[in-house]
Amino acid sequence: MSGDTLTVSVWRGDGDVGRYQEFEVPRQESQTVLDVVTYIQRHIDPTLSYRFACRVGVCGSCAMTVNGKPRWTCRTHVSKVAGDGRLEVAPLRNLQVIKDLSVDMTDFFDKWARAEGRFQGAQTRDDDFAQVSPDSPKRRRASAGIECIGCGVCYASCDVVAWNQDYLGPAALNRAWTLVNDVRDIADKQRLKAVAGDAGCHACHSQQGCVERCVKHLNPTQSIAGLKRATALAALKGELE
Amino acid sequence: MKAGHRDHPNYWAFVLHRVSGVLLALFLPVHFQVLYLAIKKASAFDGFLAWAEMPMVKLAETVLILLLAAHLTGGLRLLALEFLPWRDGQKTIVALTGGISLVIGLVYLLNAA
Repeated sequence: MSGDTLTVSVWRGDGDVGRYQEFEVPRQESQTVLDVVTYIQRHIDPTLSYRFACRVGVCGSCAMTVNGKPRWTCRTHVSKVAGDGRLEVAPLRNLQVIKDLSVDMTDFFDKWARAEGRFQGAQTRDDDFAQVSPDSPKRRRASAGIECIGCGVCYASCDVVAWNQDYLGPAALNRAWTLVNDVRDIADKQRLKAVAGDAGCHACHSQQGCVERCVKHLNPTQSIAGLKRATALAALKGELE
Repeated sequence: MKAGHRDHPNYWAFVLHRVSGVLLALFLPVHFQVLYLAIKKASAFDGFLAWAEMPMVKLAETVLILLLAAHLTGGLRLLALEFLPWRDGQKTIVALTGGISLVIGLVYLLNAA
């Protein structure tokens, strides 16, 4: 612990217009960054806008930029990120700011839909359960990427998203890859078509900021590399026509 | 706002690959000019060879070799990443490409001395 209070700079504003405002927040044991933001709203300035729901790292709604890095604030301890007693809290990068620390996630989730991130099966409720061996290579590949909570941290860490507004981004492409490996799904061809374009998997520069920052320790770059191979193979077979 | 999301070896490798690529592209016209001299203007080419013996030029050539080695190993790393089955330990591979590039540069410098 570095003293009794924390100096916290918080981004205030909407859209691109705004500034940092400083607050002094009492230091507490096991305090998370979300605790700090909540303290400010409840005890200092009730007009501060931010988003959270579960507080325990499941819902993926409280991600913010903390001291320059995108993080899930409910699972980020102040002691880990504010060694010098200072915190800078800003909204997630690459997303439109609604107000203060709240960003509009519409683009982020629309891109999941554009990447054909919806499961499409062929069976009905009258069919028996699909049997998928946990050890099969496809199931393993799907399992490796399936724990995404949709927090947007990877999306905010990605320079390609910043450079190309249409780029589908790590989370949507990771989702597409899990479905490509879902043996029950029947929409692979249209999915590979959806992710093969200019704004798809081949736009990725493998900078791996998403891997570095993913709060669930997933590997979107690995998923995107899988899509690059799958789309290249599909193109050679003439399936992307 | 600080750009903390870029502070990791794979990003540095990306920047190095880009910068070395641009610098090598800028060097290409000079390379072709020297090739032209070698074919068409023997006396001027001899002058160039004498100039190229100067220590500072040798040092600049070493930097060029380093750029070439970094771009080559970085490119092979990306090809492996994208077209071979995934390997964990990407940062180790980045370190390897850096190490190999330095060794190549050093070997060139030792031979030039």
